[in-house]
Amino acid sequence: MPFACIFVPNFPVAAVSRAEPELRALALAIYEGKPPMEKVFAVSESATRLGITPGMTKAQAELCSELTLRPRSLRQESGAHAAMLDCAQSFSPCVEDAAVDTVILDLAGMDSLFGAQPEIARNLFRRAAELGLDVNVALASNPDAAVFAARGFSGVTVIPSGKESECLGSLPVKVLFAERMEGEKKEENREESARRLETLERWGVRDLRALAALPEVALSERLGQEGLRWQKLARGAASRTLVPVEAPTIFEEAVELESPIVLLEPLAFLLNRLLEQICARLASRALNTQELRLTLDLESFSSFNPQSKINNQQFSSPATIENQQSAICSTRPKQFHRTLCLPLPMLDPKLFLKLLQLDLNAYPPGAPILKIHLEARPARPRSAQGGLFLPPSPEPEKLELTLARIAGLVGESRVGALELLDTHRAEGFRMRRFGLGATQESAAKNNQPRQTSEPAEGKCAVAALRRFRPPLRVTVTMDNPELVRVVCPKKKEVQGSVLWKAGPWRNSGDWWEREAWARDEWDIALQNAEGIFLYRLVHDLLGGSWFVEGTYD
Amino acid sequence: MSSAVFSTSAAQGRPFVFETENGSEVCPEPFQEQLFTAPRPPQRAASAAFKDARLASVTPASRLAVRPAPEMVTSGIAEMDALTGGLPRGCLTEICGPASSGRSTLMLSALAAATQRGECCAVVDASDALDPQSVAAAGMELDRLLWVRCGENSVQAESRLEQLLRVTDLLLESGGFGLIALDLGDLSPQSARRIPLATWFRFRRAVEHTPTVLLAMERQSIAGSCSSLLIKLGSLKPSAPENQASPTPTHVQLLTQVEITAELVRSRMDRKPVRSEITFASKTAWAG
Repeated sequence: MPFACIFVPNFPVAAVSRAEPELRALALAIYEGKPPMEKVFAVSESATRLGITPGMTKAQAELCSELTLRPRSLRQESGAHAAMLDCAQSFSPCVEDAAVDTVILDLAGMDSLFGAQPEIARNLFRRAAELGLDVNVALASNPDAAVFAARGFSGVTVIPSGKESECLGSLPVKVLFAERMEGEKKEENREESARRLETLERWGVRDLRALAALPEVALSERLGQEGLRWQKLARGAASRTLVPVEAPTIFEEAVELESPIVLLEPLAFLLNRLLEQICARLASRALNTQELRLTLDLESFSSFNPQSKINNQQFSSPATIENQQSAICSTRPKQFHRTLCLPLPMLDPKLFLKLLQLDLNAYPPGAPILKIHLEARPARPRSAQGGLFLPPSPEPEKLELTLARIAGLVGESRVGALELLDTHRAEGFRMRRFGLGATQESAAKNNQPRQTSEPAEGKCAVAALRRFRPPLRVTVTMDNPELVRVVCPKKKEVQGSVLWKAGPWRNSGDWWEREAWARDEWDIALQNAEGIFLYRLVHDLLGGSWFVEGTYD
Repeated sequence: MSSAVFSTSAAQGRPFVFETENGSEVCPEPFQEQLFTAPRPPQRAASAAFKDARLASVTPASRLAVRPAPEMVTSGIAEMDALTGGLPRGCLTEICGPASSGRSTLMLSALAAATQRGECCAVVDASDALDPQSVAAAGMELDRLLWVRCGENSVQAESRLEQLLRVTDLLLESGGFGLIALDLGDLSPQSARRIPLATWFRFRRAVEHTPTVLLAMERQSIAGSCSSLLIKLGSLKPSAPENQASPTPTHVQLLTQVEITAELVRSRMDRKPVRSEITFASKTAWAG
């Protein structure tokens, strides 16, 4: 039963390099701690050659001009670890989360899907590289041998069954005691490991071959059962079952910035990178997304641009504002949230970037940005079967982008589909999001054939009303109780003598609410020099004013 | 060679070659020395034979392959379909007329028919004049209608126009709509004529070879020859509705129907209509 191990050497440095690929070629050092006592936590190979070592203070490291320093980011490490799990899960359903830099896969039965073991190993390596990780991959017949091989040998390693002792023999014994990088007992484990290594070194045991060659009885007398276990591991003969982990369906990426960003262009560059990583992870799990949440940590709220919409929203309404597209957290005023809701599950990083750009152009953050956090809610890909006889419809991705651009031109509330409200009030409607999802599914389900040029026999057209928004205030001359003349001071076309009238019809409602309404409606024909025109005349019974609400056209 | 020589030759219809018999008029030789060692090439005379040879490779327009006729779709009104044959896909159709002539009725009827066919439609409303109740009464599938409301109330007509043009460009670029209606009904002819013809030409090219019907509704025709179909609606006739006798109290009177007169002004379709003008009635939503 083969097992594979994916190991990321120098994980903190790899996590930062994944977020900023341009740092791979540079000498990089990661520091952590509270100022002024920050200390170097991890260094790249280039930095090691410059003489930088873990434990140095940040001030000492800064003396090296060729060194690039970055703070440790737990969010980036979490993102890198999640990417490892996604990579592993795309090859096997049984994955163990052994350490933050190590995952183990059970490849039993996977050869019929992915090919021979060497092919699987190469594909694992390639997939991890697509996700921005520089990993070691090793295959062996038991999990521990795979882990040691991945930790000891760089690149791709395949250990044939029965050759574990021979292949692992050259590895140093410290590979047995690789420290766990998380957990409460981190310090205790480190000390215990150091004592064990010291013991073996005093015995002259430097590599696993030497440890495997020790007599078992003598070893158990000195080190007990623990020593026998080490020997079994060194021989590559230990076997155990994996403790599979259910990978969380959280797809999020984050980046912390050295200096705050003020312009939207560099923000777009970073968003593009985060979106590509998230989409690659979703693609590896055969998932799409229907919601993107962007959270920006802002530098300071003291230097606001008073023209910014986001500022106006916060000042006008201290309570939390929620709608489909934005959520502003008032309890933590240093964060800026935007939520992008998509009508259908999609997976196009370029489209997402464009939508976020249009959204941020309409609702700018209003302050310099220190940190970017992007989260995608996973969703199953849409499965709509096309047909030859379906009516034409816009592509969902193109339509979403078009609607965002139109919203930027005319305003978000002025583009969409109509929804009539259950009321007799004039203008009893609201605008809602225009989407294709429901219409496409119903059309496909009903399999409605396209109707071409079939004349509508027996159907009579319905006279339409064209509304004036807002209604035009008019002056009505009455010859009790007849309407004689209507004059609109604002629009000279709407005036003339009343040629014909029908009404009034009383319309009222919501008398139990504050916004009660009561009106008399007339349909009138006005004649003037330009001709005869039909209007709807309204007398507001509560205010006493006369309005022309629209024209029949 | 001076510019005067060229202009003279062009005005007189001569080709730009030197003719030896007229060489003294065009370019007198001030020097007697021989300028060319090799014999001069023979001059080509502009003759009918030369023209025939050059034009032989050009195919006359009458022999060009016939373009396939565009697919016609119903406008939702039988009388209009009888007049025009329907609305052509991939072409620009104009509906023009004064207020209360039935333009919006015709536009909503076409939109409703398109949505009932399962197509997505869009209406770009320059004046924000669409009435939701009228839309529903016309039989529209509201899920399939995209309504774009241009401009705020205080915005000038020019900026509404600019928004309308940019939104139309975006919708045509997106593609996939069965019918896109441009509602310019409340814009004055002077404002509407500010749209350059090149814009209409661009719109027409954008919908060409697509299944989209582009419908423009305005007071006067402004697209010129870019529209394939031009329908003109007439003003209301000065007569009271039939069932409205004067002694009857006004509160029992009802506007039940509006007569619409439509004239087919121009059609580039192959199908020739039987009549070029029709009159039909549109009923109000409460008429039953």
